[in-house]
Amino acid sequence: MAVSESATETVAAGPPPATTGFIGWMRRNLFSGIWNTLLTLVAAYLLFVIIPPVASWLFIDAVWSEAPPETCKAAHGACWAFIREKHRVIFFGRYPFFEHWRPLLGMGLLITMVMASCFRRFWRPWIALVWAGGLGAFFLVMWGGAIPISYRTAAIAAAAVALVIGLRQSNGGMRSLMLWLALLFAALILAGGAVIRVLDAVVKELFGVDDALAPLAGVWFEIPTGLSFVPTSLWGGLPLTLLLSILGIMVAFPLAILLALGRRSKLPLIRMFCVGYIELIRGVPLISLLFVGSFLLPLFLPRGVEIADLARAQVAIIGFSAAYLAEVIRGGLQAIPRGQYEAADALGLSYWQKMAKIVLPQAIVLVIPPIVNTFIGLFKDTSLVSIVSLTDLLLSTKDMAIGDVNWRAFYAEGYTFIALIYFVFCFFMSKYSQYLERQFETGRRKRR
Amino acid sequence: MEPIITMRGVDKWYGQFHVLKQINLDVQAREKIVICGPSGSGKSTLIRCINRLEEHQRGQIIVDGVELTNDLKHIEQIRREVGMVFQHFNLFPHMTVIENLALAPIWVRKMPKAAAEERAMQMLKRVRIAEQAYKYPGQLSGGQQQRVAIARSLCMSPKIMLFDEPTSALDPEMIKEVLDVMIELAREGMTMLVVTHEMGFAKSVADRVIFMDEGQIVEQNAPHEFFGNPKSDRTKLFLSQILGH
Amino acid sequence: MANPNPTPVRAPATGAWWNDRRVRAVFYQIVFVLAVAAGIWVLVDNTIENLRARGLRTGFDFLGARSGIPISDSIIPWDPDDTFGRAYLVGILNTLRVGIVGIILATILGTIVGIARLSQNWLVSKLASIYVETIRNIPLLLQLIFIYALFGFALPEQLDPLVIGGGFFLSKGGLMFPLLKLEAAHYAAGSVFLVSFAAMIVYNVWAKRRQNATGVAPPRLLPSLAMLLLPTIIVFLAMGAPAEFDVAAKTRFRFIGGGAIGPEFLTVLLGLVIYTAAFIAEIVRSGILAVSYGQTEAAGALGLTRGQTLRLVLLPQALRVIIPPMTSQYLNLVKNSSLALIAGYQDVVAIENMTMNQTGRALEAIMLIMAVYLTISLSISLAMNTYNKRIALKER
Repeated sequence: MAVSESATETVAAGPPPATTGFIGWMRRNLFSGIWNTLLTLVAAYLLFVIIPPVASWLFIDAVWSEAPPETCKAAHGACWAFIREKHRVIFFGRYPFFEHWRPLLGMGLLITMVMASCFRRFWRPWIALVWAGGLGAFFLVMWGGAIPISYRTAAIAAAAVALVIGLRQSNGGMRSLMLWLALLFAALILAGGAVIRVLDAVVKELFGVDDALAPLAGVWFEIPTGLSFVPTSLWGGLPLTLLLSILGIMVAFPLAILLALGRRSKLPLIRMFCVGYIELIRGVPLISLLFVGSFLLPLFLPRGVEIADLARAQVAIIGFSAAYLAEVIRGGLQAIPRGQYEAADALGLSYWQKMAKIVLPQAIVLVIPPIVNTFIGLFKDTSLVSIVSLTDLLLSTKDMAIGDVNWRAFYAEGYTFIALIYFVFCFFMSKYSQYLERQFETGRRKRR
Repeated sequence: MEPIITMRGVDKWYGQFHVLKQINLDVQAREKIVICGPSGSGKSTLIRCINRLEEHQRGQIIVDGVELTNDLKHIEQIRREVGMVFQHFNLFPHMTVIENLALAPIWVRKMPKAAAEERAMQMLKRVRIAEQAYKYPGQLSGGQQQRVAIARSLCMSPKIMLFDEPTSALDPEMIKEVLDVMIELAREGMTMLVVTHEMGFAKSVADRVIFMDEGQIVEQNAPHEFFGNPKSDRTKLFLSQILGH
Repeated sequence: MANPNPTPVRAPATGAWWNDRRVRAVFYQIVFVLAVAAGIWVLVDNTIENLRARGLRTGFDFLGARSGIPISDSIIPWDPDDTFGRAYLVGILNTLRVGIVGIILATILGTIVGIARLSQNWLVSKLASIYVETIRNIPLLLQLIFIYALFGFALPEQLDPLVIGGGFFLSKGGLMFPLLKLEAAHYAAGSVFLVSFAAMIVYNVWAKRRQNATGVAPPRLLPSLAMLLLPTIIVFLAMGAPAEFDVAAKTRFRFIGGGAIGPEFLTVLLGLVIYTAAFIAEIVRSGILAVSYGQTEAAGALGLTRGQTLRLVLLPQALRVIIPPMTSQYLNLVKNSSLALIAGYQDVVAIENMTMNQTGRALEAIMLIMAVYLTISLSISLAMNTYNKRIALKER
């Protein structure tokens, strides 16, 4: 026996029929067996019951053109005239009507930056500067009025400059000096008033001069922007929702890294603190943290310090997302093989060098998809600020658009509309996170 | 003598892709066959058709006098008699080694638990791994896991053993311990179909070597003829690639 | 402050004590604790000062005071003359009630949808994906508000309810349903059922032993079902099978009789179940997908039937993957039930809000609900962690 005949003979017959083509597809996927056919029929019946009335309400019988509420009430379908009438209030809440171009611009800025950040080629250190500038522009255009320059502004600027210089230094000593300076200035932003008061007291003791440094504590001078001033209490709608979630994740990020490192620290007290914080925050609902922010935060601050409602909610959201992000980052840290830690130790790197140069860069890239998912969750969760009376997208719709007595009957249209907005944002972000995950997956599998 | 496995004109497609083309093969009881060929040549699909992990679409496969059709009883009957060892072991990670081994005897052969475990211990001794009986598969090395997988199949006292690249997921130093067990099994007279690239194993154990390419059996012969005097150009090319380095 | 990047020095063999790793560890921790303590001290100091400045009193003594809160939906008897402490108890019970019912229903719905997504039937799997994708990408709060608005606008008035049939009515007032009038036969059947349940367990233990001893597995499913149900049915029938229902009936001003679930509870339950089920569906789906196909093949190659493969090989492994994320979904459901207050359901957060308004004790009220949720969360995760540790796969 040597070469068998079948090897030389070419096979003419194709695959058996009814396994290919449209009919084959239908057979395999819809009607392969009694059980499957039954399921198909039930599902088809369900669609038959649901789709026609929903479609006619949404599209066919709907009022699309501009129309008064009375016309809408007479029609059977959805009243999109309501959205036409109220869309600006839905999008921008209480923001002064004739200044709506400003939140529109701000919103465009935020969305553009989020979208730009999705491209991997922009994942470079300078994107942090772009974000800082973009957020600065956002606040500028939203607030308007005159920019007060005080010790606080000066400290922010100084901290930023020190940080940038420090990060660009290659000399280790200079670098850490600059970073410590940045930290010091950052501390001044928060505690500057108290420092000035203390210095004041010292001056009084020494020289007997009253309030010598008090002018420092106030506003030094103002730069007019040419725009009318709009306080945060009037901000609302989609820009507010975006701002809360974006700042919520960005400010929380460094905190989350520290918490994640602390949770894996060998020092028991630090570890206990981090575990305690993370588990406390994850164990209670966000709404209770928002209550803490809006009712208790003013109590925690020194007397006389006012804090806007927006900032109260923002602080609560940051504290909340820091705990969840910390767990995500911890997952990334755990996924880094022990060999990487050992290699860094063997090279004689210090703890912070090891983390900053070897471990964190790998761990964070690894967990970008779950970070995006956290962001999606946070974007949805910001709707809870409506309970503490911030006019976000949900509350501007509920209280301002639907709250109008003339249009009260069209709540379904209003909620459907913003549901669509939330859906579009979340859906594309989740598709993006899945896309990234697949990319990383293939990247890792290439070696096999 | 009636062959224990008969394949006649077997065809199989994945969608439009023709994986097996008109395969004809007879295997006698106690025969040891090594199947080799480049990846994607259909060699794994061929042996997976024998216990119907894959369904053939045309032709006839008869195993131990039972024809493979869609009849579930026939399939179960054949699977009881045909053991299979996989490339990635496929041990059940949530059971201890001995539970892995006793599972099928208890549920398929309806053996009392004590008897099944006793048999399991015997098989573990046979593959020289009895001391690991109460560990979980995840705690064993690859070679140990593959030996457990062989023992798991042996617990069912199969008439035929199929090996689907049993050593290709193993580190080099572990290949030998698995091959030794397989060689021993062959000496004891088991009917074996082995998909492998271990040509040393083929030379020392096989009664017949089959070379497959593009879904067809290109050449089959006794090992010394197959390696010493290959007939087809494709076989020569394959052998030079695999033995060349 | 210690420098985090100490420059390496060529140190003599006997180094300075401050370079000792252990000394440094202790030092860093002391600094850390001092910093945390200072932070807390500042906060507490500010708070005390602020409270004094606003003339607010503190303490938990208000829990013993008369509340005057009207609560319509309570498991335990409630009177507005009862104390705040009891109001909190009512709130906690309401939270637990919607949480437990929600967890059960969401698990059932989520499992069905998750399996449907894996169905080979194209239509069914597409429908399931559309459900999951839509629900997951819309905030729960919006869904709750929407459902609540539907209850308030779209449903008919309480006196003119939607008749579902079989004694079920749906209206702005919620869902009314018939109640079984309990008689001796029901109690007897119930007791017989309990006894049969015990007998069924005994039978199953015996069957397992017998299989271990002889290898032949006695049938288990059918005898178990028969043992469980038949005696109960026979007793029930023998005693005349009384099945009189107390159906809600309309009088001039309201419905009398039957059982009723308020629209608030229905809204919250519906919203939580629909939302959480979408997440559970994904967990179930990925849990099943996580068990590699090789496991099915290996079980098949050993001659196990499909049912045995599912029961002995696939399910035990899928469960291990499913349980941890499922736990966090259960926790999420309980935490999300705090949104109940927007639908007027009087859960613990709603009670806390009313307490805050009436007593002005924001600090205490908020601390109380955080403590409540923390206790619930920690006990669920403790239980699940213990269970998870026991079944975790052993690795090298």
